[in-house]
Amino acid sequence: MSGAPVTEADLHAYVDGALPPARAAEVEAYLAERPDEAARVAAYREQIQALRRDFDRVMDEPVPERLLRPRRPGVVRRYAAIAGWIVLGGAIGWELHAFTSERQVEATAWARRAAMAHVTYSPEVRHPVEVGADQEAHLVAWLSKRLGTPLKVPHLGALGYALVGGRLLPGDRGPVAQFMYQDGKGLRLTLYVRANPDATQETAFRFSQEQGISVFYWLDKKLGYALSGEIDKGDLLRVADAVYKQLNP
Amino acid sequence: MSGDDGLIAQQIPRLRRYARALTGDRSAADDLVQDTLERALSRYHLWRRGSDLRAWLFTIMHNIYVNQVRARSRHQHEALEPDSGAEALRGRDPDWLELRDLASALARIPEEQRAVVLLVGLEQFTYDEAARVLDIPIGTVMSRLSRGRERLRALIGGDTNVTSLKVVK
Repeated sequence: MSGAPVTEADLHAYVDGALPPARAAEVEAYLAERPDEAARVAAYREQIQALRRDFDRVMDEPVPERLLRPRRPGVVRRYAAIAGWIVLGGAIGWELHAFTSERQVEATAWARRAAMAHVTYSPEVRHPVEVGADQEAHLVAWLSKRLGTPLKVPHLGALGYALVGGRLLPGDRGPVAQFMYQDGKGLRLTLYVRANPDATQETAFRFSQEQGISVFYWLDKKLGYALSGEIDKGDLLRVADAVYKQLNP
Repeated sequence: MSGDDGLIAQQIPRLRRYARALTGDRSAADDLVQDTLERALSRYHLWRRGSDLRAWLFTIMHNIYVNQVRARSRHQHEALEPDSGAEALRGRDPDWLELRDLASALARIPEEQRAVVLLVGLEQFTYDEAARVLDIPIGTVMSRLSRGRERLRALIGGDTNVTSLKVVK
């Protein structure tokens, strides 16, 4: 028995069943002598029951389809996704938590930029690329010159993806090339290519997925690649594999 | 990823219940839930495994809701008149006809009090959990709970509205 005065907070804690039994007994004794306060407490309990009565049935309603598939990639969502990518900061995929070196952080930030570039340009209807696949030789020569190292464009026709073309983009450390591919249904993949800061480094494929966009990225000596698409990891891996093999015959 | 999506999906019915009571409108509530789910999925890696997923989701929902309320009050000054908001909502959603007193009373108490009353009463959060979800001190939870419940009692108890109650007191 603490005998402390019963406070407003005690009354609510009593209503909510949050008091230890001894204190609850004291509150009961207090209420027994104060009918007005007891009526108030009873009204609060009735409120809670009424809330349940009226709103519990929401939990029995079928969940609307749109809530079960919150990642539909409509154009508006894609642009919302850009904001999401910016918010994500340094952590792109949980696999990367094990790596903390500066290089890893830099590679992660770069993969994020690749995904943002994908999100930005892949919905474009009229201007998805600056130079089209019909001028492929010019495209490759131009981007090679700007990146300062010879580029090759993988051909992914065997996997159902045709080259749409490419564009030049600003990167953290200089120009970046983006090649775009499209399948028969209009689904687009982008390959983001930059010159590596450390031309000796090679890495395995790394994967990240956020906002429904999958990215495989890897460093291959002079060049770094990030392949982005709104497709499953397994499907994207098949394409990444083909890209890697064509670039390293 | 699908297993993690599943964990979040399990919380959808409760998120919908809270959102419905908070906004008083079916489609506004589901919009809020959808925004919450999308933000949660995009930040899933920030959730500490083993911590309370439900509290985390409600925190996200609360932040989105507060921002929406702020944006609305900036852009639609007429909604600040005490009763017009409730009347407009009632007209939009047939649920309002069924829910009658409680729902219209809920719509007429301040948003910050409504959130506490619902988190504690409907969703059964402890005071500590509610304080964390709303990012306010526990003392503030208690005072909002007290004021919110008392206002609801006055509104449900009769035709007296809050304004005249103040005069009587």
